Amino acid sequence: MKDLALHILDILQNSVTAGATLIKLQIDEIPAEDKYLVKFIDNGKGMDEEMVQNVTDPFFTTRTTRKVGLGLPLLKQNAERTGGSLMIHSASGKGTEVEASFGFSHIDRLPTGDIAGTLALTVSSYPAIDFIYTHTTPHGTFKFDTLEIKEELAELPISNPQVIAFMKDLINDNLKEIKAS
Amino acid sequence: MTKITSLADLRRIKSDVEAKMSLRERSETPDSMVQIRVAMATCGIASGAKIVMDYMITELDKRSIPAVVTQTGCMGYCYAEPTIEVTRPGHQPLVFGYVDSKKADQIIEKYIKNGELLEGIIPVNYENIEGK
Repeated sequence: MKDLALHILDILQNSVTAGATLIKLQIDEIPAEDKYLVKFIDNGKGMDEEMVQNVTDPFFTTRTTRKVGLGLPLLKQNAERTGGSLMIHSASGKGTEVEASFGFSHIDRLPTGDIAGTLALTVSSYPAIDFIYTHTTPHGTFKFDTLEIKEELAELPISNPQVIAFMKDLINDNLKEIKAS
Repeated sequence: MTKITSLADLRRIKSDVEAKMSLRERSETPDSMVQIRVAMATCGIASGAKIVMDYMITELDKRSIPAVVTQTGCMGYCYAEPTIEVTRPGHQPLVFGYVDSKKADQIIEKYIKNGELLEGIIPVNYENIEGK
């Protein structure tokens, strides 16, 4: 993956596949502690202990179309090479929490990439799922909640191209405001 | 101070879009629109599926073709990513491999608009993506 946004695009799909109806994405930038945290929390079907241990094995996947599953292993590799780690908490029927931590100032930390585009595409592809994205930096916090958007839209589908463009602008402008890296 | 996009802008966009929407579009069900599914699993994303999806959404809108563009998982054609599945109303779905922006442009102009077949079609040996 070329940037963090592509990892996020990928990992959000896991939550979608797990049948989640609410997916939270939290990014915390804490330069004072040299940390960049990315957390995914969903209310999907969760995983049992054995599966949690296996998911970062590249040769483990729930798919039947192919024999490898690289989403989480690649994220883990990219986190670890910045001195960070990947933690997964999950229980059957209780949802899953995935937390990747990166070294904030580490030279190998991936560029952030197009987070706005990633979210807009994911949100518009799954209108039945609610997404809450919070991004915190030392300059402030930005919260993006699809429930607010959907309330405003009423009948208009969230997959409308103009709405997608709006969501991108909304996220980009606000991330700039809190000086997201 | 630069202006920040806010929910107030969404209200404006909403009324704009609804004003422009023709009666035909309003009555349209997804079945009568072109449906495009971009394979967006790890393999697709790593090969540039996001760029293709962005391109499809903006270009179809620019060219006023009513379409639904969504994501789907991996179809098992990891070697040919990015792949997209295009369903024209009343036709069987077709899967195209090795799609970049240039190829996506051809797909819109030739296949979606005129039904002409192009190179790069992956032969069908599946029922549908979920079914496999």
